[in-house]
Amino acid sequence: MIVFEKPHALTDTPFHYCPGCTHGIVHRLVAEAIDEMGIEGQTIGVAPVGCSVFSYNYFNCDMIEAPHGRAPAVATGVKRARPDRFVFTYQGDGDLAAIGTAETVHVGARGENITIIFINNAIYGMTGGQMAPTTLPGQVATTTPYGRDPKIHGNPVRVCEMLSTLSGTAYAERVSMDSVAHIKQAKRAIRKAFEVQKAGLGLSIVEVLSTCPTNWGKTPQEALEWLKTDMIPYYPLGVYKDVTAKEAE
Amino acid sequence: MAKSLMKGNEVIAEAAIRAGCRLYFGYPITPQTEISETLAKRMPKVDGLCLQAESEIAAVNMVLGAASTGARVLTSSSSPGLSLKSEGISYLVGSDLPCVIVNVQRGGPGLGGIQPSQADYYQATRAMGHGDMHLIVLAPASVQEIGDMTQEAFDLADQYRTPVMILSDGAMGQMMEPVDFEGHTPRELPEKDWAACGTEGKRRHNIVNSLYIEPDVLEKIVKERFERYDAIAENEVRYEDYLTDDADIVLVAYGITARIAKSAVNACRKAGIKAGLMRPITLWPFPEKHLAELAEKTRAFLTVELSMGQMVDDVRLAVEHRVPVHFYGRTGGMMPSVDEVAAEITKIYESMKKEA
Repeated sequence: MIVFEKPHALTDTPFHYCPGCTHGIVHRLVAEAIDEMGIEGQTIGVAPVGCSVFSYNYFNCDMIEAPHGRAPAVATGVKRARPDRFVFTYQGDGDLAAIGTAETVHVGARGENITIIFINNAIYGMTGGQMAPTTLPGQVATTTPYGRDPKIHGNPVRVCEMLSTLSGTAYAERVSMDSVAHIKQAKRAIRKAFEVQKAGLGLSIVEVLSTCPTNWGKTPQEALEWLKTDMIPYYPLGVYKDVTAKEAE
Repeated sequence: MAKSLMKGNEVIAEAAIRAGCRLYFGYPITPQTEISETLAKRMPKVDGLCLQAESEIAAVNMVLGAASTGARVLTSSSSPGLSLKSEGISYLVGSDLPCVIVNVQRGGPGLGGIQPSQADYYQATRAMGHGDMHLIVLAPASVQEIGDMTQEAFDLADQYRTPVMILSDGAMGQMMEPVDFEGHTPRELPEKDWAACGTEGKRRHNIVNSLYIEPDVLEKIVKERFERYDAIAENEVRYEDYLTDDADIVLVAYGITARIAKSAVNACRKAGIKAGLMRPITLWPFPEKHLAELAEKTRAFLTVELSMGQMVDDVRLAVEHRVPVHFYGRTGGMMPSVDEVAAEITKIYESMKKEA
């Protein structure tokens, strides 16, 4: 009896991610949701620029690689051309909350019926550990070698809180990869986000707090610990918006 | 069919719909806004979409998304907006995505002005984005030609899997002329089996992508694309000759400027000066072989542009010093009068007589 197998929505291409990086887990959760809903053949994914740029090689559905930050605009074009398809973007914090802020905000404003999987690991991974829009105050990055000073480098962006103010955002939840319980909750949130898209309710976004042991200068275990002790307090977990909950009331 | 009196910008909108385009993404900017406004009215009537994006950058990336699914898609802007779109256009090229992009040029650089200009020739033909790349660039010189060319542009894009630019200008966009939409003969086009439109579980997944991390692979992909460019240069060069056979001076001008140049040629002919006009219709590929042939027959060229001199570089490259290449241009939104251009032709003619 098979008790555990790779989701069909993932290809056989080995992940290139660093040891202890949680991208692989999130890829798997997205693929599981696609499998469970039986929508692989009707799904089009949009990959970002950043560590997950190669995600187009990992998902078995049709994939498009977007310019840096523009995945929500690319996804808009896809969805408007093919409203019958499921469309998701997979984006990191630099992509979504720095260079692509306008595109992110406006898919919320328009209520684009797409799903955003947003990986927040508080650092630029691919370019080697520079400050991200979500880097915590005091956090050391290669471009904040003395720690992020909000007076000089500005303050982190809380994406779910911001997007939840927009009328077109249907569902926004922040989850975390730091524990099995939280990973299970992340899975439920990702599935829910695709269900919200299926119901045609508007933008759904799941922000996933993730680790980057390589650029945080930590072991995988220490990274999970730091995620729990430092990141979650700054980025509280939970549902920030859910229009289906309102409907249920 | 009876002709309608329409603005150049409106004709682009109508011709795109005739070509089967049902998706338009844009951002308002003068002097091209009539394209968006016409499509905002027309698209809902044909089950299409005209979406005003939050920026030029978003608009061009919506084009990228829609084109990735295999749909025919249009965007339009004017000079500063094209600078914003340039990153996305490079990605469109790198991903081999067909689409049509319109630039209704205005004066620059910077915010520049809102009057007609041809100062984006370098941008359109040399550097519309980063990397080794070209676009097919079409330069209509009448409202009728805008209508025919817009439809043709979608076919060219699909045939060669490349973005196609219509390089218009504020004058071409705003002026009204009679037009019909019957002139275009559709091409036979390849199937879009590369499109990311959902596998339906029937095939391997398609990936629309411009990233090739291995340099040898990237070189191979770029070289294959350049083979397609060679085919375009071989098959798609278009130009119009006017009285060039016996001309002592051949003017080279495109778009609105070609019309002024043609009037100047007529005026000079009346005055006994054998002037002619070669009007490039495709700016990329440029009719360089034809210019080289003309250089064997004529005694001088005069390039006339609404710029400080950009296309003149291509003329010089094609003529290769066989005969002198002169330039006359106005910029910033200023238009040369027929008299101004005729005076320039006369001046060159007189100096040639002296030398002879």
